[in-house]
This record gives sequence, C-alpha cells and structure tokens, in this order.
Amino acid sequence: MSENTQTLDARNQNCPLPILRTRKAIAGLQIGGILEVLATDPGSVKDLDAFCSQTGHEMLSSKEKDGEFHFRIRKA
Amino acid sequence: MNSTVPVAPPSHEDLDAWFDQRFEEKMKQREAAHTPSMTLIATKGTLDMAYPPFILASTAAALGWEVSVFFTFYGLSLLKKDLDLKVTPLGNPAMPMKLPEGPTWLQGKELPIPTSVMSLIPGFEGMATSMMRKTMSKKGIAPIEELRSLCIEAEVRLIACQMTVDLFEYGKDEFIPEIEEWVGAASFLPRALTADVNLFV
Repeated sequence: MSENTQTLDARNQNCPLPILRTRKAIAGLQIGGILEVLATDPGSVKDLDAFCSQTGHEMLSSKEKDGEFHFRIRKA
Repeated sequence: MNSTVPVAPPSHEDLDAWFDQRFEEKMKQREAAHTPSMTLIATKGTLDMAYPPFILASTAAALGWEVSVFFTFYGLSLLKKDLDLKVTPLGNPAMPMKLPEGPTWLQGKELPIPTSVMSLIPGFEGMATSMMRKTMSKKGIAPIEELRSLCIEAEVRLIACQMTVDLFEYGKDEFIPEIEEWVGAASFLPRALTADVNLFV
C-alpha cells in the first residue's frame, strides 16, 4: 500500500454518513491520492457512484464481500 | 486591376449547422462551470421531520452543491442550542411501532394497536421518542446534532425566519451562533429563484 492511500471505515453507518465521511476524507487527500472506503450500508453502492460522478472523483473499484462493501476512489 | 472573386454568403443550412455545433459546445462549457444549488424550507420541528432537511442539505453539500436552508415556524426549533426533539405517534398512522429491544420474539414485531390510541396513554410520546432514538442509534443513523454540525462544517447556509422568533417570543440567544441571517420571505425568495432545486419540508 502506498502512502498515498488512506482507508475510511464507514461500517455500521447509515445514509448519509458514508458519503459525508467520504467527502471529508477525500478533502484531506492530495490530488491523485486514493481513498479506500469500507461500508455496510447497501445504499452506499449507488450513493458513492453518484458522489463520484457529481464530484469528478474516479471510482476505481466497487466490490462486495460477506455483506461488506469495499470501494477505491481516486481524488480528482 | 485585380478582380476579386465574390464570396457567396453562407447558406442558411451552413449557418444552422454552425450554430447548432457552437451552441452545444457553449452549453457544455456552461454546464461544466455551473455549481448546482439547492434551497430548502424546513417547517417541522419533530425528531422524524428533522431528518429530511439535514440529510438532504449535508448530502448536497458533500456533492459540492451550494445549499441554503430557511427554517420557519416549528422548523426554527431545529436551530436551537439545546435540541430536545420529540416524535409523536399521534397523526402518524404509518409510524411503525416496534420494540428496539426486549425479548427476541417480541423485537421487530409491530404492536397491534393504532397509533392514535397509543398516543392517549400519558407519557407515551416520551416513550415513543426514546424508542425511536434507540432504534436509530442501533441502525447507525446519525443523531440530528451530528448531521447539523456536518451541515455547518460543509458551509450549508442556515437562515432563520425573523417572523417566527417574534411570533413565538423566542430569544435569539436560544439559537446556535452559526445562523447566517435572520430574514423574511422577501429575502429568501430571490435565493430560491436562482437555485436549481427547491424543496419544502
């Protein structure tokens, strides 16, 4: 993991907290930095997609494993 | 003597095609440079109805939108320093009455009594409120206090209705200092006029 990657644990948080925490965490990154987000809210899959398309950040990957969601977002 | 070849004026079709193309380019540029904006009007002061304005405002701000919320009538109490919000089953027939804890067989079961009848039991409002809070915290829903501070942090503009303060004889020191201004409808409407999204809650 490069030092340009940060992880945000948004598990057990419900709408809109995962989005709000993501916004805050991304604001602290440098451009090109990568944020990994862990979430359990099923709504976060579509909401984080919408967040990325509105703000211009790039959703690198979005996966589900054992009821947990794992996203990788690159700051634009 | 040099003779110049006369240039034929562009045809209407050429002009139209040129205009259509430029128009589309220009519109795309404008769209890309445009910051979306939203104005909300919050008129309710109950625990359940405090959520829609604060969720929408904080989320829109997270998407990079400019957001203003006008708090009026009972909605103004959402800006008090001490939030003591309650939820009532009265007049809320769709409100599910489920126990957040207790024996497993009973949890998540809907109580078979109409909400209007439950509301007649003294102290029921307080119980319903604490049940709602418990359920929300178990499900990872943010408390209103937290959503409100997230809004403030994300520079959502909180606008308070001057008339409501006078009407209910509130003191301005009862409210949070982050309120941007105390105004009336005439000051709020011009802002709503230019916003992309206007919602009344």
